[in-house]
Amino acid sequence: MLEIEINGKKAEVPEGSTIIEAAQLAGVYIPHFCYHRKLSIAASCRMCLVEVEKAAKPLPACATPATNGMRVFTHSALAVKAQKSVMEFLLINHPLDCPICDQGGECQLQDLAVGYGDTKSGFAEKKHVTEGKSAGPLVSMREMSRCIHCTRCVRFGQEIAGVMELGMAYRSTHSEITTFLGRAIESELSGNLVDVCPVGALTSRPFRYLARSWELVGHRSVSPHDSIGANITVQTKAGRVMRVLPRENDEVNECWLTDKDRFSYTALHTEERLTKPMLKQGGKWHEVSWNDALDYVAHGLKDIAANAGSDALAALAAPWATVEELYLLRKLMRGLGTDNVDYRLRRQDFSLDGKYVGASWLGMKIADVRHLDSILIVGSFLRKDHPLLTQRLRHAVQKHHAEINLISVTDDDPKLDLYTRQNVSPAGLPLALAAVVKEVAQIRGVALPELAFVPESEIAKWIAASLLRVKHKAILFGHVAEQVGTAGFLHQLGLKLAELTGATFGFLGEAANSVGGQLLGLGKETNTRQMFANPHQAYLLFGFEPELDCANPAEALTALKGAKMTALFTPFKHAPALEYADALLPLAAFTETSGTYVNIEGRVQSFAGALSPVGEARPGWKILRVLANTLNVPGFAFTGSEEVLHEAWQEAGVSVDAEGFASGLNNNLAVTPALTLPPPEEMPEGALERIADVPIYFTDPTVRRAAPLQETSSAALPDARVCAATLARLGISAGNTVIVRQGAGTARLAVAVDESVPEGCLRVAAGHPLTSALGGMFDPVFVERV
Amino acid sequence: MRALKHFFRSFALWELLKGMAVTGRHFFVRKITVRYPEEKTPMSFRFRGLHALRRYPDGEERCIACKLCEAICPAKAITIELAERDDGSRRTTQYDIDLTKCIFCGFCEEACPVEAIVETRIHEYHGESRSDLYYTKEKLLANGDRYAAIIEADKALDAKYR
Repeated sequence: MLEIEINGKKAEVPEGSTIIEAAQLAGVYIPHFCYHRKLSIAASCRMCLVEVEKAAKPLPACATPATNGMRVFTHSALAVKAQKSVMEFLLINHPLDCPICDQGGECQLQDLAVGYGDTKSGFAEKKHVTEGKSAGPLVSMREMSRCIHCTRCVRFGQEIAGVMELGMAYRSTHSEITTFLGRAIESELSGNLVDVCPVGALTSRPFRYLARSWELVGHRSVSPHDSIGANITVQTKAGRVMRVLPRENDEVNECWLTDKDRFSYTALHTEERLTKPMLKQGGKWHEVSWNDALDYVAHGLKDIAANAGSDALAALAAPWATVEELYLLRKLMRGLGTDNVDYRLRRQDFSLDGKYVGASWLGMKIADVRHLDSILIVGSFLRKDHPLLTQRLRHAVQKHHAEINLISVTDDDPKLDLYTRQNVSPAGLPLALAAVVKEVAQIRGVALPELAFVPESEIAKWIAASLLRVKHKAILFGHVAEQVGTAGFLHQLGLKLAELTGATFGFLGEAANSVGGQLLGLGKETNTRQMFANPHQAYLLFGFEPELDCANPAEALTALKGAKMTALFTPFKHAPALEYADALLPLAAFTETSGTYVNIEGRVQSFAGALSPVGEARPGWKILRVLANTLNVPGFAFTGSEEVLHEAWQEAGVSVDAEGFASGLNNNLAVTPALTLPPPEEMPEGALERIADVPIYFTDPTVRRAAPLQETSSAALPDARVCAATLARLGISAGNTVIVRQGAGTARLAVAVDESVPEGCLRVAAGHPLTSALGGMFDPVFVERV
Repeated sequence: MRALKHFFRSFALWELLKGMAVTGRHFFVRKITVRYPEEKTPMSFRFRGLHALRRYPDGEERCIACKLCEAICPAKAITIELAERDDGSRRTTQYDIDLTKCIFCGFCEEACPVEAIVETRIHEYHGESRSDLYYTKEKLLANGDRYAAIIEADKALDAKYR
């Protein structure tokens, strides 16, 4: 520790801290622009000049290390003169158009100009005007004259987003921040540029000219869009969500937010919201009252249970439904005499059900990811599925050269320096992972006769060496590893590898509440696949779109169309559902309900509703409560979602510790890992293996309806991607339109050559309306010429 | 002694005479009442009366929807909604002043960076219902157009004190 004196205040600061960090600890504010806690030091704005005893000139506080006994003066005559002069310089080219600037009211330059600006400027020459740029649908770069060249955005791109989309072009007074050759900003973290920019040069496009910061009321909430449960502030005005900002939490999302979390609110107040319950009567849809709608559903459930047995009922919930909703849905179904409830919509392999010791989780704290030195990631689209976890990995690579090994099914650029990467077909994942296990076992001198036939590979040797060389290591499974047909076997291989290497084994997590669902014990007795493969007579579908959010949409739709009654709880009017559903019940959006998510590190995060639901939509737990009351199921006298949560944890035997982490997280299995490779599934003649990713802006119903996100290049129409060799074998040329067929379902797609797709595979995205008629995500697929 | 004095004064109607003397004196003083509405009192060019939204000489509305008037209004009489206009400029889609709430403090005029909202010297207006005193953007712009000459003249007089 160092002792340093700032404005006469003594402070103890850790070694290596800079003056600005020391001042923060001492509670002294030093004005700054280019300094940002999470970014590297540039010392380019010079606003933080302070006087240091025995220094000849004022020194930049952000770049000067604190030394023992240093005496700093931030408000001495010399320091203030320096700061005021810097402010005058910063303002010479600034247009001072605060009245029409969206940053007005929350602008660092505006605030500091009040304290350090002069009423007059010595600059009488012409101001330099920088032309505005078009940077895509999320970030506005229309008023680049406002830029003060702090380069925070450039450093953000290099260090956090992993892609340098913005740079400083030209020199001196002509220098300007610009995108490369006028391209749009396409990073999945681009919204953070708006927060990072201290002035109004980079502003939010969807929020442009809509409100002032002082009119907005902030509500704490949690994002429902990915597994880390980013902490957000939902800002509302007059019963509308105006924007979403990150809520700083260094343990979860730091000060960042993915674009998905930040801009998904744009779907909430559109025409597409379902505002009244609807029933299909005599083949026609009518808007009805809640009473009628719930009566109808209750009667349907009762009749079917009485006539065909309660096993004919099935309930499926989205993995982003809250703990309360999942719990009540199961309680309701149990009240009707069945355990047919699941939330694992995209899984295909349920062979480990009943063998889990606890809920599958990351295996460590999210914050610890950046301390890892060697990581093996299996089957993940990394950047698109887990933008903020990937950012943590990026940090590990940049700061201490962590070795990241990726075994996956495509070559998508994770904007991350990988140590090794291996690209295999989904069916080839077990073999690729088994090769690593075999290699490690050999080095460790453990005999694994089951894996004797596994061919050795050079890359497995590298991965094995990397994992054995370092202390902090992890084996992390992504979406693909959880969703392929061999997921159960992969899990066991992963456990074995973790045991042999001493690494942490974990999952990157599918959705906002996957862990919560498993903690509650949903899906122990049955699973999604059974419920769709063996058609049931009544379906309750909670918060998702079956033709887009399921592993096998074709199978799901067949089951739903054959059902006597299908009730869909949904926040949105959902056109395809009009065909197969009988009742549509308007569900509150994530900003309109209270609830709880358990994120991938087991952190239990409860949130309250930010505003009242649109129209007659109601929070899910309330609908389920009233439905249960209509059905006379006992035990539904809840008055608040906290009561539901309390009962849910009590029933599941889960305790939440003082730091907010749930108990019962464990990736181990109750059985000894069986390493006998399951026989590969027979591929039909002429079939290709499908690789399905869920594009980043098609992961859930809200995101799919967020207009600005849908305008980005990441939301482009899916195509059929295939490598040149396979394409030649099929006798099709690139650019042609083909019919992709899985069972009875087809999709017309353009063919694109993508050398990263393994031989014999076809990459067709799931989660998109264009491909919603197709079958399983990793099942055989046929390609036919038009 | 005092009681005796009071007794005789009350019989002499002394208080009445004193009052009559005041009335009599004012009978011959120069009159300051005006015969409104034919005659009017002089008025300051800074008089704060009916609001108006001004335009630039080319007809473009001045208001840029910065919302400062709305923020400063102590009576919360101003309501503004804004959006990006087709040409990309920042404009109001709604600009309402509720004159039944307004306390005519003139802060909106002071806050305006582009001299769009002004309080004119017009004070002779009325409404037959509350809604008549709810001035919308159209009404305020119409005020600005109708009284443009008066506003310009008053602004010119005020300019040298700014």
